[in-house]
Amino acid sequence: MGTPFTQATTETQPFWDGCAIGELRYQACGRCGHVQLIPRSTCVECFAADLQWKRASGHGRVLSHTTVHRAPTRAWQAKAPYVIALVALDEGFRLMVNVKDQAALTIGQPVRIGFCDVDGVAMPEAEVVA
Amino acid sequence: MTIDAYLTGAYDTAVGEVPGSSCMGLHAEAALGAVTDAGLALTDIDGVMCAYSLVSPHLMLGSVFCEYMGIHPAFCSATQAGGATACIMIMQAAALVVSGQCKHVLVITGDNRLTGLSRDGTVAALADVGHPQFERPFGISIPAAYALVAQRYQHEYGVTAEHLAAIAVEQRRHAGRHPKAQKREPITVADVLASKPIATPLHLLDCCLVSDGGAAVVVSSKAAAADTRGTPVAILGAGQGHTHEHIVAAPSLTDFGCKTSSARAFARAGVTTADIDVALIYDSFTITLLVELESIGFFARGEAGPAAASGALGLGGSLPCNTHGGLLSYAHSGAAGGMFHVVEAMHQLRGTADARQVSDAQLAFVHGDGGVLSAHCSLVLGRH
Repeated sequence: MGTPFTQATTETQPFWDGCAIGELRYQACGRCGHVQLIPRSTCVECFAADLQWKRASGHGRVLSHTTVHRAPTRAWQAKAPYVIALVALDEGFRLMVNVKDQAALTIGQPVRIGFCDVDGVAMPEAEVVA
Repeated sequence: MTIDAYLTGAYDTAVGEVPGSSCMGLHAEAALGAVTDAGLALTDIDGVMCAYSLVSPHLMLGSVFCEYMGIHPAFCSATQAGGATACIMIMQAAALVVSGQCKHVLVITGDNRLTGLSRDGTVAALADVGHPQFERPFGISIPAAYALVAQRYQHEYGVTAEHLAAIAVEQRRHAGRHPKAQKREPITVADVLASKPIATPLHLLDCCLVSDGGAAVVVSSKAAAADTRGTPVAILGAGQGHTHEHIVAAPSLTDFGCKTSSARAFARAGVTTADIDVALIYDSFTITLLVELESIGFFARGEAGPAAASGALGLGGSLPCNTHGGLLSYAHSGAAGGMFHVVEAMHQLRGTADARQVSDAQLAFVHGDGGVLSAHCSLVLGRH
């Protein structure tokens, strides 16, 4: 797929470690309870550095989606058209993912986050919930 | 209390495909043109602000420019905030002259994206602003990120593809009146809808151009403005709004920092949307302009599209918008894209917009948006 994946950082490593064992992880603040993804060293709500990793159910709804016809790089162009979705997870955080089998989506539709192997890296992807 | 700083000179180079152009060459032409327009010499400039370049990137573009020109200003910096850069630099330059740090600040933008990188190269380079772990591994591009906003906005407010197309059609009509515009041949709603799909719901003609070109302005203190030759334009208000960088982290997909930035600029100037005679608003995509028009409050939610279709954004409309043709039809060469909006506002307020002139234009609103509706800066400019 030609995914331009760059190395995980100290903050994001637990997320990718989770993906590798089929767990979708997110951060929750130990002080105010705010949940967040992208992983960080501090809470965006109260700035506390007391963040805990939790396991998400994987269930969420489509916040928005697009089918990309004109891809930004040659590697992605070979895969076009492909679907990108923003998914609002039930736990209150958001994830950008591709969609299994390039399934057509509608906003608000329930989806489940699964994982697929891309060049040896376990990547989250959305699957349509029947 | 208004800001009491003045735009005293402006210049923009040829745009579109400019053979033989270079990043610094465009900077030099724009800089000298703006200084000459102000009736100044380069040696009168004591502050320099530059933006960024995709073709000739450098960590210190301001210093590169000063070295290139052979000038040694008392203040020099470079700013990188995507499409908000031009407005942000002018806001900063105004603060420098009002505080007495500088008399005349030269603000320069320019890049040769079309001949130096090509359209494909520019699209690829810009995709790098996506988050390296949480966006780029999923094939995000700038058009795709704006498409995610468009899809959601359509869903919430009933915006149609025809509404978005109407914006592109009006921008092209404006560009047809500008002899320098990159794209001048008229287009129809059907043309937009039939153009290549880029990222649903956006088509090729919903997307901005890729261009060569440069533009610069001089910002002067009130006292120093008296030494200039042209008609100064007053910077009455300025404001910024920042909510996120990456679209995956945007707090909302329908409400953005332009609401805050414009409210701050209007409050500082002591005016409202109803007072604005001409608007120059960042239009990287048709959805960009539509969202900004509604989020800023020029139109109610869901009404900018029908308004565009009925001619409200045209030269004789209730809010003439992007009378040069904008990024969609005039030109887009990076930070200069946002500066072209400023230069056009100066033409309108100085009464030098020729066939594009909005009659008796007294107040202009200029807005820049960087990233994916991430960083916003608004200016209210007035005829002096």
